[in-house]
Amino acid sequence: MLARSGLRTARAFGSARTSATRNATRNASTQSEGAASWKNTATLSASTALAIGSCTFYYFQFGRSVHAMTPAEEGLHATAYPWEHEKFFKTFDHAALRRGFQVYREVCASCHSLQRIPWRALVGTMMTVDEAKALAEENEYDTEPNDEGEIEKRPGKLSDYIPSPYKNDEAGRAANNGALPPDLSLITKARHGGCNYIFSLLTGYPEEPPAGAVVQSGLNFNPYFPGTGIAMARVLYDGLVEYEDGTPATTSQMAKDVVEFLNWSAEPEMDERKRMGWKVMAIGSVLFAMSVWVKRYKWSTIKTRHLQYNPPVAPGKMNPRQSRR
Amino acid sequence: MSGVLGGIYNTVIRSNGVFLSAIFVGAFATNLAFDTGSNALWDSINRGRQWKDIKHRYMESEDEE
Ligand code: HEC
Repeated sequence: MLARSGLRTARAFGSARTSATRNATRNASTQSEGAASWKNTATLSASTALAIGSCTFYYFQFGRSVHAMTPAEEGLHATAYPWEHEKFFKTFDHAALRRGFQVYREVCASCHSLQRIPWRALVGTMMTVDEAKALAEENEYDTEPNDEGEIEKRPGKLSDYIPSPYKNDEAGRAANNGALPPDLSLITKARHGGCNYIFSLLTGYPEEPPAGAVVQSGLNFNPYFPGTGIAMARVLYDGLVEYEDGTPATTSQMAKDVVEFLNWSAEPEMDERKRMGWKVMAIGSVLFAMSVWVKRYKWSTIKTRHLQYNPPVAPGKMNPRQSRR
Repeated sequence: MSGVLGGIYNTVIRSNGVFLSAIFVGAFATNLAFDTGSNALWDSINRGRQWKDIKHRYMESEDEE
């Protein structure tokens, strides 16, 4: 045993020596072709430079992001505020919704419609039945045609939708210098940045436009509005409304409340959706854990089995140890 | 352990009728317990935010009028 392993080392050493000598001879032969290697280096460097250069050119030409609009035309990016109601496990603050609806009604409703919200939607979210009924009754709605085909007026009911300030879009444009005040029902979903954008827009009017800014006549400067010239003037000022719950009606408080209200009008199902959502996640994770357990249980026989392979012994080629037995 | 399992087998699973009603009653009971518990947790996370937490203010003020 000892003698055999000694032999093997000697053989390995010998082969190493032969390969070393072979290397030496090859090196000698390349050195003799010095001119060819200089050409190789030059070709390689040139093609590398060409590859890098063409990639750079291509990126410069086609790879850079292009902007169709100037930053002013894009509008200032709205600040991200930590909205409490946007958290995964939080409902709307319904006291804020109530204040926000008051702001909508007393300030925005003279220009903006809220066509998708019926009075009944307010009941049980921010008003009692009687309050909502009283508000609905302040408005007149058309009746169905009577026997003579006349359409009369009747006081509003809970099932009526909140009336719009203008008869139609054209009337809205005519009253606002040609700019249509958009319907606010879905506005938080309809603008990039949602709540953050509308809050920034409402509170972002500077005292006067910065030097150099061009503001068309009839427009107001607001850095958050794409194009910076907006037909809506600043509407919220400290103390504009008087909250019944005693909250100080600062500009930012009113803006925050009305934005939360507009988020509700766009997603009135949010509270229920989040409540269902986390129940589904809870039950779903229990079911998932159970399915993992069942899978492991069913596979346990397969995972723990051992295969044993006994190779057949060819009669002619007995190995020495066996033959000795 | 096997005693407990055997007990369950003998009382609940052996008769098909009992087993089936156990499944139905168990499903209802689990649903009820889960809903009650999770809604309570939800309401405590959102205490003071929901309409039911603030409506007494407006209900009472109407009674006074
Ligand atoms: C004097 C009428 C008037 C009042 C009051 C008013 N707005 Fe406007 N609002 C407009 C007009 C007009 C536009 C269209 C601006 C434009 O397109 O340049 C507009 C546009 C908007 C927009 C859309 C901006 C955009 O990105 O297109 C929002 C959001 C908005 N108003 C919210 C409000 C809120 C909230 C209130 C109440 C606090 C309010 N407005 C009060 C007239 C008004």
